[in-house]
Amino acid sequence: MEQTKNIIELKHITKTYEDGYSAVSDFNLEVKQGEFITFLGPSGCGKTTTLRMIAGFDIPTEGEILLNGKPITSLPPNKRPINTVFQRYALFPHMNIYENIAFGLRQKKTPEKVIAKKVKKVLELVDLEGFENRKIDTLSGGQQQRVAIARAVVNEPQILLLDEPLGALDLKMRKEMQLELKEMHRELGITFIYVTHDQEEALTMSDKIVVMSEGKMQQIGTPEDIYNEPINAFVADFIGDSNIFNGIMTGKLKVRFCGGEFACVDDIEEGTHITAVVRPEDVTLTRPEEGRIRGTVTSVIFKGIHYEITVESGKNEIVAQSVHSARVGDRVGVQVEPDNIHVMIAEDHTNIFAAEINKNYELEYNGTVLPVDLTNVIKGSVMSEDGTLLDAKGLEIDPKKVRIKISIKPQDIELTDDQEEGLVQGCISNLIYKGDHYSYVIHTDLEQDFVVNDEYLWNMEDQVGLIMPVEKMIFTVKK
Amino acid sequence: MIRRICRWTVIILILLFLYLPILILAVYSFTDATNIGAIRGFSVHNYVTLFTTPELRDMIFGTVVLAVGSAVIATILGTMGAIGAFYSRKGMASAITTMNQVPVVNADVVTGFSICILLVVVLGISKDTYIPLVAGHVTLCAPFVFLAVIPKLKQMDQSIYEAALDLGAAPFTALIRIVIPQIFPGIISGFAMAVTLSLDDYFVATYTKPATFDTISTYVVNATKGAQTNIKTALWALSTVIFLLVVLFSLVMNIRANREN
Repeated sequence: MEQTKNIIELKHITKTYEDGYSAVSDFNLEVKQGEFITFLGPSGCGKTTTLRMIAGFDIPTEGEILLNGKPITSLPPNKRPINTVFQRYALFPHMNIYENIAFGLRQKKTPEKVIAKKVKKVLELVDLEGFENRKIDTLSGGQQQRVAIARAVVNEPQILLLDEPLGALDLKMRKEMQLELKEMHRELGITFIYVTHDQEEALTMSDKIVVMSEGKMQQIGTPEDIYNEPINAFVADFIGDSNIFNGIMTGKLKVRFCGGEFACVDDIEEGTHITAVVRPEDVTLTRPEEGRIRGTVTSVIFKGIHYEITVESGKNEIVAQSVHSARVGDRVGVQVEPDNIHVMIAEDHTNIFAAEINKNYELEYNGTVLPVDLTNVIKGSVMSEDGTLLDAKGLEIDPKKVRIKISIKPQDIELTDDQEEGLVQGCISNLIYKGDHYSYVIHTDLEQDFVVNDEYLWNMEDQVGLIMPVEKMIFTVKK
Repeated sequence: MIRRICRWTVIILILLFLYLPILILAVYSFTDATNIGAIRGFSVHNYVTLFTTPELRDMIFGTVVLAVGSAVIATILGTMGAIGAFYSRKGMASAITTMNQVPVVNADVVTGFSICILLVVVLGISKDTYIPLVAGHVTLCAPFVFLAVIPKLKQMDQSIYEAALDLGAAPFTALIRIVIPQIFPGIISGFAMAVTLSLDDYFVATYTKPATFDTISTYVVNATKGAQTNIKTALWALSTVIFLLVVLFSLVMNIRANREN
């Protein structure tokens, strides 16, 4: 079957601000006519910036936006057949509801008769019949949001952009509006691009989800795809609850993690380091002798439909959901069906950063001299008698022309409260629990991201120092 | 009890200190006294003189026209400046705001004198064209309009301007139909401030006005030095009228503000 055409295409979109901060980098997306697509990600992941570039409020620094195949990259927002529902409604406080909704039509010089008819119809659509003459400030949050939606859809846009439109509503109202929006999407047949940080909202409403993190698209797919086949640990962690473990392939369709060997359905070469994701609802608790691995129940929380049971096995922690309760201290077995284990090839998180050679021929990073002998780092080099460094050919080495790259593994870095003790300082910008340790991303004061594995729990935004032992560093010379 | 008495005494003393001088003037304006001291009898002749002497009438009318006219120009310029600064880049915005502060703090003498030098001496514009006078008063008032409008812009929900663009309005339409109505209270209070400043001004007017034209301030200063007693006492009546107008204006503004809350 021939697919419907792309209504909007984003090609290599990058948005860099004047201070050098990249909100979005190399973002590519194709949206089909009539789709309900959701940008999902934590705050600051670039989803709103992307939406603003589609609306025309921000102009990408690089890349192209095509609407129906025609470039609209720098077309002003008022010339685009695209309307937005804003996060905080952005209704015009000095106008009544009729005037608010009529505003867009008036810009197009629509005859007053047609306006009256359209406003009436769209108010019916959002269940606000007879509200024409009410003032904005007499409406509840939910009603204001309906007016905002009515004001946008009355213009019959080709694309409707919704920027966390339900964020300011209470839970019950949000659930109601989710269904109504979905219904509206079906009725109107307009393409919806929806932005949210709420994964449940995204899973409920969308045809397609774009998971974003730090300005990059992590994964795009249907809600089922994203949930069942997350492409990396970030997506797995962000969508739904997950047990995430580091492991290794031990044979054909065999994987070892969490202290046990499991059968799996992902055919990956033996010996490959992997990340395994198991959803709590897929963890089966058995009698100790029937489980692949054994452990002790450490906590049981009643969640209404099920119990959330935490099992400790060796150094690992596994969360299971079960309709049967357990008692803290019980010995249990843990079993997971092969097709419920999602295996991903582990990303290489080795941290690489550049160090400088100072005029005394010492290696320096972040103003600290590293206790290493440069003659061991640069192969064949010797220290001459007059204190200059000579390379293998006996020529003097210019410290400015030689760059030393240092690589260090995440598990070899240690976090410390005493920031001065660390080689570099930064704040924790992301953390993922991986069964027996936490994987942290630390954004340093030198604007670099370090991945650090640590078994202790730190909090997001914590300021920490990074201790990096010189003996764990690998040096490469770059000229 | 004693505390209450003390409190009331202090309040009454302060009110007396503030209002007694103007009350004395008001009382004397209704007498036929020629100077503050002996009162012989009740009379409204000061008010008759005030409204029938063509010279006085023209002077009052001229001052009001000047005040309203320069306030209108200052309001337009100040509002435009505020909107411009608000939507500029950060560095530009703070540069404009700082530059706007200087004339606010600057002494009026300096403003008046320097405008006189630039327009009259350097550019050779005659004072009789009223251009230096109007320019002077606009310079005096516009920065205050700017200061009155900026907070309203900051309070405004920033996304409504974008919402207007999003709904197909051109930037200028969005400005007129959406932004201006939102900041209108700021524009009005800036205008009121501009009128007051222009009415109050003495220094800028002395340096820039045509020789044959007088504002209330310059006229009063000259008249009190002069010998015409009936004009001098008519000015008591003028002060009383201005005072009553101000009281009326403040009352109306306060009542309106209360009603809005």
